[in-house]
Amino acid sequence: MSDQTPGAPAPLSAIGRHKALERLWGTAPGWGALSAVNHSTVGLRFIITSFVFFLIGGVLAMLIRAQLAGPETDFLDAAAYAQVFTMHGTVMMFLFAIPAIEGLALYMLPKLLGARDLAFPRLSAFGYWCYLFGGSILILAMLGGVAPDSGWFMYTPLSSKPYSPGINSDVWLIGVTFVEVSAVCAAVEFMTTVLKIRTGGMALHRMPIMVWYLWVTAAMMLFGFPPLILGSVLLELERAFDWPFFDPTRGGSPLLWQHLFWLFGHPEVYIIFLPGAGIISTILPVFTGQKLVGYAWIIVALIALGFISFGIWAHHMFATGIPHLSLAFFSAASTLVVIPTAVQIFAWLATLLSGRPRITLSMLYFYGFLSTFVIGGLTGVMVAVVPFDWQAHDTHFIVAHLHYVLMGGFVFPVLAGIYYWLPHFTGRKHLEGLGRTAFALIMIGFNAAFLPMHLTGLWGMPRRVFTYGGEMGWDLLNLISSVAGFILAIGFALVVVDVVQVARFGRRSRRNPWGASTLEWGMPTPPPAYNIGSQPHVTSRDPLEDDPGLPAALARGEGYLGQPRNGWRETLSVHMLSGEPDQVVLLPGPTLMPLWTALATGLFFVSFLFKLYPLSAIAFVLIVICGWRWMWASGLREDVAPVDIGRGQTAPLHAMAADPPTLWGMVFTLMANGVFFGALVFGYLFLWVVAPNWPPPALLAREPVTPLLVLAGLATGLAAVWRGARANGESRAADSQTWLLVSAAAGAVIAGGALAVPLFTAPAPNSHAYAAAVTFISGYLAFHGLIAAILSAYAWARSRNGWISAQRAVEFSALRLWWLYLGATGLISLALLHGPAWMS
Amino acid sequence: MAPAGEAAQAIATLWWVMLAGSVVIFLGVVGASLLPLVLRRWSAPSARAMLIGGGLVFPGVVLLALLVAALLVGDRLSPRGEPGVLRIEAEARQWAWTFQYPDLPGQAATEGVLHVPVGRPFEVQVTSRDVIHSFWAPRLGGKIDAIPGHTNVIRLQADAPGIYRGQCAEFCGNAHAMMDFVVQAHSPADYAAWRAAQGATE
Ligand code: HEM
Ligand SMILES: [Cu+2]
Ligand SMILES: [Cu+2]
Repeated sequence: MSDQTPGAPAPLSAIGRHKALERLWGTAPGWGALSAVNHSTVGLRFIITSFVFFLIGGVLAMLIRAQLAGPETDFLDAAAYAQVFTMHGTVMMFLFAIPAIEGLALYMLPKLLGARDLAFPRLSAFGYWCYLFGGSILILAMLGGVAPDSGWFMYTPLSSKPYSPGINSDVWLIGVTFVEVSAVCAAVEFMTTVLKIRTGGMALHRMPIMVWYLWVTAAMMLFGFPPLILGSVLLELERAFDWPFFDPTRGGSPLLWQHLFWLFGHPEVYIIFLPGAGIISTILPVFTGQKLVGYAWIIVALIALGFISFGIWAHHMFATGIPHLSLAFFSAASTLVVIPTAVQIFAWLATLLSGRPRITLSMLYFYGFLSTFVIGGLTGVMVAVVPFDWQAHDTHFIVAHLHYVLMGGFVFPVLAGIYYWLPHFTGRKHLEGLGRTAFALIMIGFNAAFLPMHLTGLWGMPRRVFTYGGEMGWDLLNLISSVAGFILAIGFALVVVDVVQVARFGRRSRRNPWGASTLEWGMPTPPPAYNIGSQPHVTSRDPLEDDPGLPAALARGEGYLGQPRNGWRETLSVHMLSGEPDQVVLLPGPTLMPLWTALATGLFFVSFLFKLYPLSAIAFVLIVICGWRWMWASGLREDVAPVDIGRGQTAPLHAMAADPPTLWGMVFTLMANGVFFGALVFGYLFLWVVAPNWPPPALLAREPVTPLLVLAGLATGLAAVWRGARANGESRAADSQTWLLVSAAAGAVIAGGALAVPLFTAPAPNSHAYAAAVTFISGYLAFHGLIAAILSAYAWARSRNGWISAQRAVEFSALRLWWLYLGATGLISLALLHGPAWMS
Repeated sequence: MAPAGEAAQAIATLWWVMLAGSVVIFLGVVGASLLPLVLRRWSAPSARAMLIGGGLVFPGVVLLALLVAALLVGDRLSPRGEPGVLRIEAEARQWAWTFQYPDLPGQAATEGVLHVPVGRPFEVQVTSRDVIHSFWAPRLGGKIDAIPGHTNVIRLQADAPGIYRGQCAEFCGNAHAMMDFVVQAHSPADYAAWRAAQGATE
């Protein structure tokens, strides 16, 4: 299937191609490792780091179980226990589960898609550094004895200043937000990658099922994390500057925090479960020799699950006295979520029943997953039943339930996945003996530890108690739980030993040892930095089954982009539905920019933590400078004609294409931003409804100047960017530059007009939650005006250098999107800021 | 669970029904997954039938039934504003409970002990002075959060005289584990004696 355009350089041999591509895509050794942006490298870093945090979380779990082993133990005091369980939950959820998923997706997505990297490699690296630094803040605080101690969901007012005067809560808010930045970056990157960065022919319905799972997961991350980030920002503002968003005596409400937290927190559970389920859907067909039953059913179920999971956050709040009718609604929705899950379970059962299972380690973990997860799911249905939840809520019954779901739905599938992909990660074969022992210990330890907790919970043992009386009759069950907990820990330790010894000493494995049919197994193992010598044209979901000779043909360069040229890192981008190639993406090489940007971001967060606000301002400027330089290095600087992509086809470079991945990145960033803003509007309306006397009439004053200023800025900016884009399209560069300057000025006017509200007209933000909300919304608007100004200036500078042309105009498309977003949120902000005064 | 009140009783019944159902479902699913290991040759049911039957119809029917049952029970546990219900105001603070009796004129507030008559429903209006706590007497029924700035209501009843342990169920700081109280349920005669001892008139 080789097609060489006449006149092209002589084709390379397979080895020559390997060497040339490895030079292109590799990362320098030594200090050069800091500049790595390659998805396999960064993905592995994510996975390994997340397992280190898993071990830390595990040690904390052992401290918990040691303390609860008997009544009235004084191994830990109440304060230490509070830090330990808070950190256990926080580490497991934010520093282990989510990043492990990000790592898995970073590593696997391009390989499953037959691509060479993700859409935004520098963003992957930036995300990793944010994760590492944010996580380190939390762990260092713990070592210093000032770890967060209000529980992993940080309910206010316990986490507010009066009741948590120390730095502990700030550590949580800042550390976790830092880590969440990386989750949002990952979500944007995965969304874009799945949409655009696939190999030729991979239409939506030919994507491996795992890709669908990861895509829905990414979408949920995109929508789930912004509310939490908003909540954390608001709470940190309350703690740092006494802005009373959550203080009921000054127009706030502690329930606002709970809504924002669970708006994130419930989808979070499915964000963790879906990739686990994706692994199950991936390995079952391989080990039963049977195609996955119900591919389309599963996809519909996934999407339904994604939607429903955002409608049921309040089921964590059944005991907060929300009205009976909404209880009924949330209860119904919570049980509804069972249906898409049941569809998946029966799709797996049907696959299993029509195939012939081979009992490998991965399959053992499948059975471990199925039995554990079904129990967790059933107890989940129980607690979705409101009256029962009133009894079980906040007891060890919930502790048992959540571990059955998280271990069953996430940890066991991940172990199945690890043993499945171990030959891919390492290029080595594992023997199953040690792994099977570990499996037995884990299953026995887990069930013996957590099954009894259902009972202690029903017998009235609340969660988060550091001790209990001997007369309660809970001692024996707790002792069993503790002993079993240690057996479980030994099992996990054995898995670690097993994996490390395979990686170091295992025998070389042949390619595709399980006989799988997806593209990642068509790559050499361990995978080279560039993944594949050339990209295939796929015609079904199982390319390796269709053509067992495919891997060799690809290594010979018989697919797309088999001919390295110009020192470019190239990967194919496709039409999002049909999968036909529509552009060639040139990806950036190793750079320290992500590290610098993450360091500047870290400086911002840490200076905030230590209340060095002038330093935070400097850090913000540094971030802007880094961002500018980051973008400055991207893109083409002159027009390039469409290039040969192999197989007799040509395609434009992405900078010359109509919808380059960059633009999609902007779209998804704005979506996440929009969710943040939506959560803000929700919070404003929520306080309006629940808090008495809101907004207080005494604080309202009609004031026409600033809203008119902002309106004028919005109208001018939108007009300017449209006129500028048109001028650029007609190759009138000088005119388009003038319009860009107008757009920059309009952004500055909006920023000024918005800032004037809190500076001159609004009451002091610490006087009332309404005043705080007004200040915050003004700040949001001002910030976005400022960014509009900076982006315009950036486009202007590039245009001056001649780097924008009529065809190369992604700066204009991106700026246009930004202005559209600013226009919409600006109008809503004006309504929120000034509406109450004019309506009264 | 040793239910000692109407509410707790209803919840306990619900629990036993759900437990039985869960055990059956668990055995069904896990049993089915083991079949291909046990049976060498057999004809699997059609995939479509499994997806529709197991994925949609079965959970749909079961969940609907469960929801209806839950709503009925939930309704029974919710405050209905009927006459004859004894009103009680509970205020939580770090780390203690104060109970007031607006329906019992002259009755002084009690600390850490809630006195109620047997066989008569009572409604606890719960709030907090500082952080969030949660009012919970496990043998009498479910829990309700005590939230500063809000008042929540739970309706309970003790069927037999005795002392029922209560406990704060929402993490509220260092002494959360110690934040307990008791509900003392008096027989009618006993209740009158307690009232008299307080020097109060009803
Ligand atoms: C290694 C075995 C593990 C053991 C023995 C264990 C044990 C426990 C126990 C006993 C508690 C209750 C503490 C209390 O309420 O007083 C707890 C809480 C929790 N665990 Fe685990 N756990 C383990 C693994 C995990 C994993 C893998 C995850 C998540 C992926 C996880 C997530 C949580 C969360 C979110 C909480 C709630 C923390 C809070 O109340 O703030 N645990 N764990
Ligand atoms: Cu309390
Ligand atoms: Cu408490």
